[in-house]
Amino acid sequence: MSDAILSVRNLTANVDGNPILKGVNLEIKAGEVHAIMGRNGSGKSTFSKVISGHPDYEVTGGEIIYQGENLLEKEPDERAKNGIFLAFQYPLEIPGVSNLDFLRVAYNARRKYLGLEELDAFDFEDLVEEKLKVVQMNPSFLGRSLNEGFSGGEKKRNEILQMALLEPTLGILDEIDSGLDIDALKIVANGVNQLATPDNAFLVITHYQRLLNYITPDFVHVMYDGRIVTSGGKELAHELENKGYEFLDEQALAEV
Amino acid sequence: MSATTVKNIVNQPYKYGFVTDIESETVPRGLTEDTIRLISAKKNEPEFMLEFRLKAYRQWQKMTEPTWPHVNYPAIDYQNIIYYSAPKQKKEKLNSLDQVDPTLLEAFEKLGIPLSEQKRLGNVAVDAIFDSVSIATTFKEKLAKDGVIFCPISEALQEHPELVQKYLGSVVPVGDNYFAALNSAVFSDGSFVFIPKGVICPMELSTYFRINNGETGQFERTLIIAEEGASVSYLEGCTAPMYDSNQLHAAVVELVALDNADIKYSTVQNWYAGDANGKGGIYNFVTKRGLCKGVNSKISWTQVETGSAITWKYPSCVLVGDNSVGEFYSIALTNNKQQADTGTKMIHIGKNTRSTIISKGISAGNSQNSYRGLVKMGSKATGARNYSQCDSMLIGDNAEANTFPYIQVDNNTAKVEHEASTSKIGEDQLFYFAQRGISEEDAISMLVSGFCKDVLSKLPMEFAAEADKLLSLKLEGTVG
Repeated sequence: MSDAILSVRNLTANVDGNPILKGVNLEIKAGEVHAIMGRNGSGKSTFSKVISGHPDYEVTGGEIIYQGENLLEKEPDERAKNGIFLAFQYPLEIPGVSNLDFLRVAYNARRKYLGLEELDAFDFEDLVEEKLKVVQMNPSFLGRSLNEGFSGGEKKRNEILQMALLEPTLGILDEIDSGLDIDALKIVANGVNQLATPDNAFLVITHYQRLLNYITPDFVHVMYDGRIVTSGGKELAHELENKGYEFLDEQALAEV
Repeated sequence: MSATTVKNIVNQPYKYGFVTDIESETVPRGLTEDTIRLISAKKNEPEFMLEFRLKAYRQWQKMTEPTWPHVNYPAIDYQNIIYYSAPKQKKEKLNSLDQVDPTLLEAFEKLGIPLSEQKRLGNVAVDAIFDSVSIATTFKEKLAKDGVIFCPISEALQEHPELVQKYLGSVVPVGDNYFAALNSAVFSDGSFVFIPKGVICPMELSTYFRINNGETGQFERTLIIAEEGASVSYLEGCTAPMYDSNQLHAAVVELVALDNADIKYSTVQNWYAGDANGKGGIYNFVTKRGLCKGVNSKISWTQVETGSAITWKYPSCVLVGDNSVGEFYSIALTNNKQQADTGTKMIHIGKNTRSTIISKGISAGNSQNSYRGLVKMGSKATGARNYSQCDSMLIGDNAEANTFPYIQVDNNTAKVEHEASTSKIGEDQLFYFAQRGISEEDAISMLVSGFCKDVLSKLPMEFAAEADKLLSLKLEGTVG
């Protein structure tokens, strides 16, 4: 399939020697928005870290093919430069490094990788000003240290700003809705919707159905104990909201 | 980051580790009164200088090496050091650069310090010191037009003995401490700066210290005097070849600022630090002190310490003049098995004296990095104020950072503020950068530059970028 952006097959992974992912299968094509739901500890966030290559997560089996290439062979920064973007659940505070500098270095790293000319400080500022509108952010955030002293909502908006700049092929949002009030949630969701094109794809990881009122997924997957156990359309999210995650335990017990 | 890349970067050689093959004139190993008389005679010094040296030597013999610094090293055999080494020159007295041995000029060129007329730095006068002697000073004539004296201290002893006699040892007395006493007895050369009343020095002055000989100690002496209303910015840089053995570097720097004078002293220290296992490297045991003698005078120390196996150094200010100002801005970076115990002393004596201490310690590898600082508010220092900020950054899991602040307040109108923080560059921060496509090297250099920003901005512009680059270079591959 030529339009598959990501193919995950039988992926297993450990953290500190404990198996967390126990055989994940997932296929994402261009133009699609996928949501992974599941309760805490089901492996959702681990999955996002494994795709992006966090060194604490050890892949023990299976494969991830990204745009026809073996993703697991690539270093985290290479994956990013190839268009994989992870919006963090807890973006880190980096004192002393200005938001603007960080954005410019990241942007130019990607440009350079793609064989494009790097933007100088002036051209880059013009570009950022444009992108700020996507998340309705005040330009004063650019001069501050990266995420330092930002509120939860401001950090998340800053993540989406980075995503808007880097224009990923695969954008992964790890619990982007956690800690957001409804207004911030709308801004963030709206930002993501503006970035979606027929050529890219998004993977939205969330605990609650709430976010999916604003970002409409094409597919919803439910993760349970390190596997995707159920997949469906957006109606599955509503079903989960009504039933809760308990039915999964019953299902699991029934299998024993 | 793959294991091979880490290895490649860690194994990046120290760029300045080459040895210049040049014939040297040395005195016999060891230290006696005869050695001192010999050094003094070689330099054709005035009688008072020999007396100064002998007095220091006699005091030194009664002293013991300090053991309080938080560093460890095997005992130094002071009788196994060569106390004087000078590259052999064809002529005794050099009248111009053309007469300097080309090998020496090449050596400095290789270090990035071109001395020849065509290539020298635009607005920086350089005194180049090779082992025990100064080999060239640039822009001397141009400076002389403004009455500025910038020359080797050995030359100042010939040309301006009254100035040297008046100020030498007035800030750091001969018996101040073990290493200062040793220096006072055997120092061979160094820079002398005199800025007369009302003169703003028209260019940056700088001294470049190069240790070449593997068995020589380097004992340089720097004396800077700014008369009433004068102002000067001075920078020193240091490198040494890579030897398996350790070389002792025990310098003394004295600064004197009279009424309304201003001295800014910056250091970029990059002595050879030893290899990854801690073999070799310079013992950098240095006494630096500035005396704010006059009212409204100001002395500012900025240091970027990245080299040496062991650093023991506390650039200090004695604030005697009312309203005088002392500043200390420091970045101390240690990696591998380096040890640093460094900081400052701010001694407030006059009224309304002010001091600022900003210290940034970065420890990586298996190194240990200590900040040690004293703030003393004397009984007459009414209205005196100090602000201290000591931040430590740890890179990796095996490095050590310590802070030893000492505060003594003898009057109740003085204000002392102390802030401290410790942070760590960890995997999660680096992953955040990597996830945005930023390589590990770039991430560390951005994090470290950000951490050091407050201090780097205090360096003269020509050197700030250089120092920033040096920091990144020293840290490459420190997080595996």
